[in-house]
Amino acid sequence: MSDLAIRLRRNGGFLAAIGLFAAFYLFYHANHPRGFSVPVLIQNVNEAFTLAMVAMAQTLPVLTGGLDLSVGAVMTLVNCLASEVLTGGPLELAFGILLCLLTGALCGFVNGCVVVFGRIQPIIATLATGAIYMGLALFIRPSPGGKVDGDLSWAATNDLYEIAATYGFAEGGDAAWFQPIAWIPTPLILLILVPLLFWLPFARSVTGRTVYAIGSGEGAAWMSGLAIGRARIAAFTLGGFFAGMGGLYLALQTSSGNADIPQAGAYTLNSIAAVVVGGVSLLGGVGTAVGALFGALVLRTISFNFRIFEIDPLLQPLIEGVVLLAAVSLGAVRVLRVKNTLELFR
Amino acid sequence: MTAAASPPPARFRLSAEDKPIVVAAGFILVILAVGTFYTLATQGAATLLSPTYLLQQLQVGAFLGIVAAGMMLVILLGHIDLSVPWTLAAAAMMATAVGGGAAIPVALGIGLVVGVVNGFGVAYLRIPSMIFTLGVNAVLRGLMVAHTGGFAPQTKATELMQWLAVGKILGVPVALLVWALVSVLVVLMLNRSALGKSIYAIGNKEAAAYLSGVPTRRVFILAFGLCGMCAGLAGALLAGYSTKAYQGMGDAYLLPAIAAVVIGGTNILGGRGRYLGTLVGVILIVLLNSVLSIMQMPEAGRQVIYGLVIIGMLLVYGRGARVTS
Repeated sequence: MSDLAIRLRRNGGFLAAIGLFAAFYLFYHANHPRGFSVPVLIQNVNEAFTLAMVAMAQTLPVLTGGLDLSVGAVMTLVNCLASEVLTGGPLELAFGILLCLLTGALCGFVNGCVVVFGRIQPIIATLATGAIYMGLALFIRPSPGGKVDGDLSWAATNDLYEIAATYGFAEGGDAAWFQPIAWIPTPLILLILVPLLFWLPFARSVTGRTVYAIGSGEGAAWMSGLAIGRARIAAFTLGGFFAGMGGLYLALQTSSGNADIPQAGAYTLNSIAAVVVGGVSLLGGVGTAVGALFGALVLRTISFNFRIFEIDPLLQPLIEGVVLLAAVSLGAVRVLRVKNTLELFR
Repeated sequence: MTAAASPPPARFRLSAEDKPIVVAAGFILVILAVGTFYTLATQGAATLLSPTYLLQQLQVGAFLGIVAAGMMLVILLGHIDLSVPWTLAAAAMMATAVGGGAAIPVALGIGLVVGVVNGFGVAYLRIPSMIFTLGVNAVLRGLMVAHTGGFAPQTKATELMQWLAVGKILGVPVALLVWALVSVLVVLMLNRSALGKSIYAIGNKEAAAYLSGVPTRRVFILAFGLCGMCAGLAGALLAGYSTKAYQGMGDAYLLPAIAAVVIGGTNILGGRGRYLGTLVGVILIVLLNSVLSIMQMPEAGRQVIYGLVIIGMLLVYGRGARVTS
């Protein structure tokens, strides 16, 4: 088999997710009554951003062969915290953002410690820590509400022009050199920057490779002298950081915090679905956070399509469910390819 | 030398199987003691220890107990069933919609069908149960929203369903008796039948069970089917308890059921665990909830305590082995 064929095969799930997303999204714009327009793009990215972050957060534990049932709770906790601290002057805002991101990472770190030092299965450890984070979120915000700096919220959820206009650089966004890029939605830039700045360096580091090694064969990774405990904690910490990013953005987007238990559960479950659609194996060791990001975009794009076709809202959950079930059932193709039945048992 | 080496003095040691059950049972006593101390201090009466109160709590716990019994079968296989919430709700909604004598058979039937579909996806399509049952849950939710229009159905639970949920025989709630019956059946099935042995065998090493001639696919379908039926039965009872079915009625049962099974010492990776443990786990969660509500603990505090209890219990006896090869 040629090099290219091997590469294609190993990234099959990832490429399929990109293909699905491209197909759904093009279909959406082709049928949109107003055609492609920037406001629609901004709205779409805004709606997809939080789930994309939570899906990336889920990827890291899944790569080690575990599952994180607390991502939705971490996201919610940071969301509630952000609705308390994102006010005041520039310095206070910067400090607030930093505090939110650190809280997310700290939650992930605690998850990692419970899993590594407590030697408790990730799925059940995070079920418990998730309840704790949800409780803390409810302490911070017993009822929905809160306040988020209006300028920051406006600038972060619109295009670059609005950032320039809000904070007064590039002649308030009207400078000639600024025009070619002024239309780009800020969340789209963040959506590209976050994986580029945090995921890629991590995946290429020794710790990142160790995470993949743990998922492929923990015993073998241990025998090779890799620091599996440290890598696992790092994976959960980075996962918590991504989940915190999602919570922070949700606060900016809704200008409030809401410790909603069903919403947190829905985000957790959707993150698992997004990860699988994005070509990450639940058995560990295969896939990337970028794939999961596209998985999240696929899930969101499906619901965008509902809007323009005016599908009966009562039928939407059913269609979403059938699409999800069909997408994950595509994994059954493996059964047809296997030559020895014993290979199925892993 | 004549004296044969005498065995070392037998020290009292708990086997790995019994330890979780004993510790969890001990913790139940702690919960009862703390709760009683609180009621004595505030109300001057040991409300918590009165048989009426305990029976009433266990009656409410029966729904969780039945769900957990089914969940345990699937967890013993090393899998999980995330479709329980809407299996429960769908069974309840359909049972109230059909009504009459067919109501309960319909609820059980729906549970069975959903469970068999889950089993098929896991056994034949080899999709991880985590994601396949999640998808089935989403489809069921979609079906029920389309069927009910997103509102609580107006249909009432039948007399029989209400009697099973809230009726009493000689002062003992019928729901408790139903739970006891399910428990006896599950225990007999796990310990005395080939199906039970096969479930444990698959949970330990599926490839070995397959090579030993265990019909693994059939076992998957049966175990998931039974889990679905338990969820369906719980749905019929819960609809009887609140006289009707409503949206999201099963959502509060998924995670507590998993927690109860795991607190009871069942390995989440499958193959190990006793039903008695699950029973103790359910009682622990139910009593913990009722003591916290007596103390008027806000939801925030409940969630935190709930999480800490699960982690604490598992740190005592649920720790995995260190990976060394």
